Amino acid sequence: MNKKKIYTNWFLVPAVAIFVIFFIVPMVTSLFFSLTVWDLQTFTFCGFDNYVTFFGERSLNISVVNTLIYAVLTSGLKVIFAFFIALFLTSKIKTKTFIRSLVFFPNLVSAVAVGIIWKALMHPSKGLINTLLAVIGIDGPNWLGDTSIALFSVIFVDVWKGVSISTVIFIAGITSIDSSYYEAASIDGATRWQTIRHIVMPLVRSSTNTIITLSLIGGLRCFDLIWAMTKGGPGFATDVLASVVYKQYAAGFYGLSTAGNVIMFALIAIIAFPLTKFLNSREVYN
Amino acid sequence: MKRQKRLTLLGDILGCIFGILIFATPFIFMLLNALKERREANLLELSLPKEFMWSNFAEVFEANDYLIVTAFKNSIILTVGAVVVLIVVGSMAGYVLQRRNDRTTKAVSTLVMTGLMIPPAILPTIWVMQGLHIYKTMFGMILVEAALQIPFTIMLYRGFMNTIPVELEEAGYIDGCTRGKMFVQIVFPLLKPVTSTIIILNAVTIFNDFTNPLYFLPGTDNSTVQLTLYNFMGRYSSSYNLLFADVLIITIPMLILFLIFNQKIVDGMVAGAVKG
Repeated sequence: MNKKKIYTNWFLVPAVAIFVIFFIVPMVTSLFFSLTVWDLQTFTFCGFDNYVTFFGERSLNISVVNTLIYAVLTSGLKVIFAFFIALFLTSKIKTKTFIRSLVFFPNLVSAVAVGIIWKALMHPSKGLINTLLAVIGIDGPNWLGDTSIALFSVIFVDVWKGVSISTVIFIAGITSIDSSYYEAASIDGATRWQTIRHIVMPLVRSSTNTIITLSLIGGLRCFDLIWAMTKGGPGFATDVLASVVYKQYAAGFYGLSTAGNVIMFALIAIIAFPLTKFLNSREVYN
Repeated sequence: MKRQKRLTLLGDILGCIFGILIFATPFIFMLLNALKERREANLLELSLPKEFMWSNFAEVFEANDYLIVTAFKNSIILTVGAVVVLIVVGSMAGYVLQRRNDRTTKAVSTLVMTGLMIPPAILPTIWVMQGLHIYKTMFGMILVEAALQIPFTIMLYRGFMNTIPVELEEAGYIDGCTRGKMFVQIVFPLLKPVTSTIIILNAVTIFNDFTNPLYFLPGTDNSTVQLTLYNFMGRYSSSYNLLFADVLIITIPMLILFLIFNQKIVDGMVAGAVKG
């Protein structure tokens, strides 16, 4: 059989054509357009001016820091919470399907809808969260209006919405562990915590790596939830790269917006690619 | 043993309480307030409505000259269009990429997989669309959504092709089946399980997508449900009952999908993530 003739290149053409025209071409040309002042029709080359502006202005460069905080914290918190929820859902309890569905549903609701609901729950004076805190005598803060905590409030909602994917990945990892490991551990008299620490944790390493990479990349490019909840405010407290890209686009600074986009690529390439390599090198194989 | 049983029961109870408290309360809160009268809803309390205002839903539908109906129509066209494109081009590409292993297929795989990590370059995409005269058109939007989901779709198809024995195709060729017929009549039907996963996952992603329509499909006539929801948020910030009713209407399709395909969605997401 001539493989090249049967599995013809023509089958690849439609997918590759769509992908190259609408993804690769914009990606490659963005490197050039980020060095220009343009209005989608004509452009003037301006060297690295856009990048100088981006890193020079506080209102813009704060987004790089915020993006990093956002990505690292959402990723880390998802790993921690998802691991314990998954451990709980793989134990002997009977209602696990029900609880898993509860945890999973927010994931199917759009970010705008989730943003609207949580914005109401986090309302400073009459929101449910602060009402509850008032019952136990705590004066709840203005979750989304206070510059020092707004970013963390959005991070919390992101984790709430996204922890489910990480959880089901962990569940898949934990259930694939061979039961002989547990038997050996119980014969050796290992406590529950020792079993988790020395058997489960190392053996779900590849799940952990997948989750870290996925949620880190997701965090670095997040836009919709932040935009629905705070629009980058108050001030620039929750501005991330993706929201700056949109703001500069809306303001007509197309070159600057594209530069923000390129910085986002660079950040992902600098962090995600080496991280994937590093994490994969530390995997334990069963 | 008895102690163990009691412990699991305790786990069940606590798990359900915390699960409902943390993950279901926000939705219950929304549902209750969507049924309240305006002033009552604006108190943002977690309580039963004094009077059930089913008319809120009618009001949301009638707002802006039935904009939400147009938006639903647009979202459905966009979702169905993009999913059909994805299935056709994704299955063909995944099939060849798995069956052949040479320089071309390796290059294509590497190229496509960059799309799993790197976000799209927004403004140059608009520039490309303008060059092709499809900016602000549904056709252009469908192609962009398809382009963004192609890596994930191809990856799932390629992974699933592993499980289909090549002998079937060999027999087909000996009997003189052409390669087009072979794919359409023999291979594609065998891909059915993964095709249904791909339909569900991509439909959820595209239906819920806010960012891309915001950039590539502006304008009231083309508005998708997520965009109308976002605009609603600005306009009805003082009528939480209507705002929540709108959220509810838009979330219902996902809820139905979830109730029917719960297991499929979960499995698909795990498969997608782990293979990536």
